[in-house]
Amino acid sequence: MSTLTNITLKVWRQDGPDEQGRFETHQIPEIPAEASFLEMLDFLNERLVAENKEAIVFDHDCREGICGTCSLMIDGRAHGPQHGTATCQLHMRTFASGDEIVIEPWRAAAFPIIKDLMTDRAPLDRIIEAGGFITAATGGAPDANLIPIPKPVADASMDAAACIGCGACVAACPNGAANLFTGAKIAHLNLLPQGQAERFQRSEAMVETMDEYFGSCTNHGECEAACPKEISIDVIAVMNADYLKSKLKNRKSLSRT
Amino acid sequence: MSITLDSKIPEGPMADKWSNYIASQKLVNPANKRKFKIIVVGTGLAGASAAATLGELGYQVEAFTFHDSPRRAHSIAAQGGINAAKNYQGDGDSVHRLFYDTVKGGDFRAREANVHRLAEVSVNIIDQMVAQGVPFAREYGGMLSNRSFGGAQVSRTFYARGQTGQQLLIGAYQQLARQIGLGNVTLWNRTEMVDVVNIDGRCAGIVTRDLLNGEVTSHSAHAVVLATGGYGNAFYLSTNAMACNVTAAWRAHRRGAAFANPCYTQIHPTCIPQADDFQSKLTLMSESLRNDGRIWVPKNPDETRSPDQIPEADRDYYLERIYPSFGNLAPRDVSSRAAKRAVDAGQGVGPLKNGVYLDFADAISRLGLDVVWERYSNLFEMYERITGEDPRVVPMRIYPASHYTMGGLWVDYELQTTIPGLFCAGEANFSDHGANRLGASALMQGLSDGYFVLPYTMAPYLSEWLNKPIPDTSHEAFAAAEAEASDRFARYLATNGTRGPDHFHRELGKIIWDYCGMDRNKAGLEKALAEIPALHDEFQKDLNVTGSDTSVNQTLEKAARVDDFFELGMLMCQDALVREESCGGHFRSEHQTQEGEAKRDDENFAHVTAWEWSGDMAAPIEHREPLEYEVMKFQTRSYK
Repeated sequence: MSTLTNITLKVWRQDGPDEQGRFETHQIPEIPAEASFLEMLDFLNERLVAENKEAIVFDHDCREGICGTCSLMIDGRAHGPQHGTATCQLHMRTFASGDEIVIEPWRAAAFPIIKDLMTDRAPLDRIIEAGGFITAATGGAPDANLIPIPKPVADASMDAAACIGCGACVAACPNGAANLFTGAKIAHLNLLPQGQAERFQRSEAMVETMDEYFGSCTNHGECEAACPKEISIDVIAVMNADYLKSKLKNRKSLSRT
Repeated sequence: MSITLDSKIPEGPMADKWSNYIASQKLVNPANKRKFKIIVVGTGLAGASAAATLGELGYQVEAFTFHDSPRRAHSIAAQGGINAAKNYQGDGDSVHRLFYDTVKGGDFRAREANVHRLAEVSVNIIDQMVAQGVPFAREYGGMLSNRSFGGAQVSRTFYARGQTGQQLLIGAYQQLARQIGLGNVTLWNRTEMVDVVNIDGRCAGIVTRDLLNGEVTSHSAHAVVLATGGYGNAFYLSTNAMACNVTAAWRAHRRGAAFANPCYTQIHPTCIPQADDFQSKLTLMSESLRNDGRIWVPKNPDETRSPDQIPEADRDYYLERIYPSFGNLAPRDVSSRAAKRAVDAGQGVGPLKNGVYLDFADAISRLGLDVVWERYSNLFEMYERITGEDPRVVPMRIYPASHYTMGGLWVDYELQTTIPGLFCAGEANFSDHGANRLGASALMQGLSDGYFVLPYTMAPYLSEWLNKPIPDTSHEAFAAAEAEASDRFARYLATNGTRGPDHFHRELGKIIWDYCGMDRNKAGLEKALAEIPALHDEFQKDLNVTGSDTSVNQTLEKAARVDDFFELGMLMCQDALVREESCGGHFRSEHQTQEGEAKRDDENFAHVTAWEWSGDMAAPIEHREPLEYEVMKFQTRSYK
């Protein structure tokens, strides 16, 4: 089992949403290569508490790369250097002895910092509340095999549905846009036969709610590169196409009423 | 509050009980539903589906989660799938068979009527989730695909790659989000429940702590649902998420809710072994891998060759050898103990010799790499991220870890605890899995409770309170509970000792794992019952929590949760001590067959043990609910 030595951490500390932030430097003399990145922060936090200092606040939970809670900018990259990997699944073997590692919170206008490395990502929930669902009241569903779904369609929908809602796409985007997140949800639901009834209403409501909180997409593609679930920016094309159609179709249906 | 355990099992033949119940229960008419306020704590599968459905029906719902978003709840991490008696494969499945498998899998320690209802509504769950847009795996013809899981001889498990829990939770979360958007449900995020308040013998509401600013607040309601998950983190190392804890259920227990079968904990056979002392949690590798992976250890404990160099003759495929008819798909408790025996015998593999191999070489040569990759790619990738090894080339190393807790708050058929008006759903209750849960049944139970049971079974209680005033948060009981909670948090901050809560959690977890883990005995349990209070004393004197109670303080949150794990740990050991038999996940080494299998004692222990809080963690009060089997006959569980 190998060990890393002499790691220097520069960690963002900020006491509250309206406080001035600063970088704090900490040394990690020794850490096993098997340890995860967050376990290294746990270790540092235990040491800080033992020194009667306040532990560094960071969001994390499942540590299996699926809940989407963890959210660190590591050396300026959302979720760090390993492709397709959430912060919690990043292990120290990715780094080398003597490395200096800079740790920051998500940086986006829509995600205000709560404390240290913790941010408020509630606008993502607002987008889902606006239309990221299929209206299906409990109890009235037809038999699950009544509507066959071709495997390629189910697979494409699942590819988009894999989004963990971490917000790395927003943090990576120079414009702070949430198009990958919103596009993934729209593609997940709009590709399925069950999602057709509300397809255009959904597309319009979600995109316009997104625009209330987030910046605009200018096709940098940083979101796809940062996404821990490797969701393709094709979903943004699906979203844009459906949004455009929705503006026509929804207007037509309005004029009929 | 004195405790009576009335299970309220409806009359009639087993297959008719639930429909009889629905036909004869009291209802709340649609216009009256908005007069009732219901609090739902927790937004995992059970909580989100309950809150969404109750909101949809017209009740005023307030949903609480300590996460930033309901979608973070740990249901999301379930990988393998969800069972349902659809019989889409035409392989002989039926509601009765799912019921039978679940009671048998639970080692005859579950309540038959609850399990039958679970099997009945399982088919509705799949319909519901597909309608909501869950992209379950499909065959080329467009029909739903199934796989098989441990403890069953049919393929009834529906799945969405290795992310079934995620897709189901997102489905339920989206329904909840819709209700939030419509204003039918109010969401309180980053808000942790810290107490239950009872007034005049019924649950009147809860006390919460705002995790952003430490503010302690009261919330009153006609009824409260706890859907707050299991207590597997009592072991410190488990597959649970870091924040999973017992506080909500435990605080309810301290206020009068009986806690049932705390010693029934599930140790999942296929987790990645611990790699070092820094380890904060263990990661599960879905049991579905056992469909195609073969489990083995070298026959020779001193084996030094790499696994691909070890010839067949020197390998022991111990599950296939001991349990030929179920083989690598033997149930979780049986597989876990077999792995422990192999490692204890020195045959463990890996740098710390603390695992067994789960080998895909045969599956890859039989099916081709593409097919195996299609089925398990995300699990293989996850394994490689954690261990740095590629399971396509080197066999996986796995070992059992704490994963799920069958015990929980005692509930009757209506999922009501011993506190009237306080309901409990999902993993947090004890009701459906007996002493061992079968794979792909947790998602089923969470969604069953939330979508299809609570919306019916809460109505009779609520209907009694129609147009009657209920106490609001100005009642002195709320003020008293708030003061108690504030004092508790202030005390953690003021202890000014030398060790943080993680230190105590690790030490406590080690005691519980060593003496109340996979293998238990009287001497060990008595030792744990002496060591836990001693460590708790140290915790009370030497705890160090830095920071303040006016902004986010994760150290303080942790301290409160660890405090409750101490008391729960005591109850787990007490429960394991009085249950002088082996059943399911509870294995007492004094009670085993000559082959080392669990030996049940149906004569003396065919009951649920429900514990009442006495005010002293060393002296809980024992109550029993006898388990009467109308349909099933006791039999020794054999998977040979």
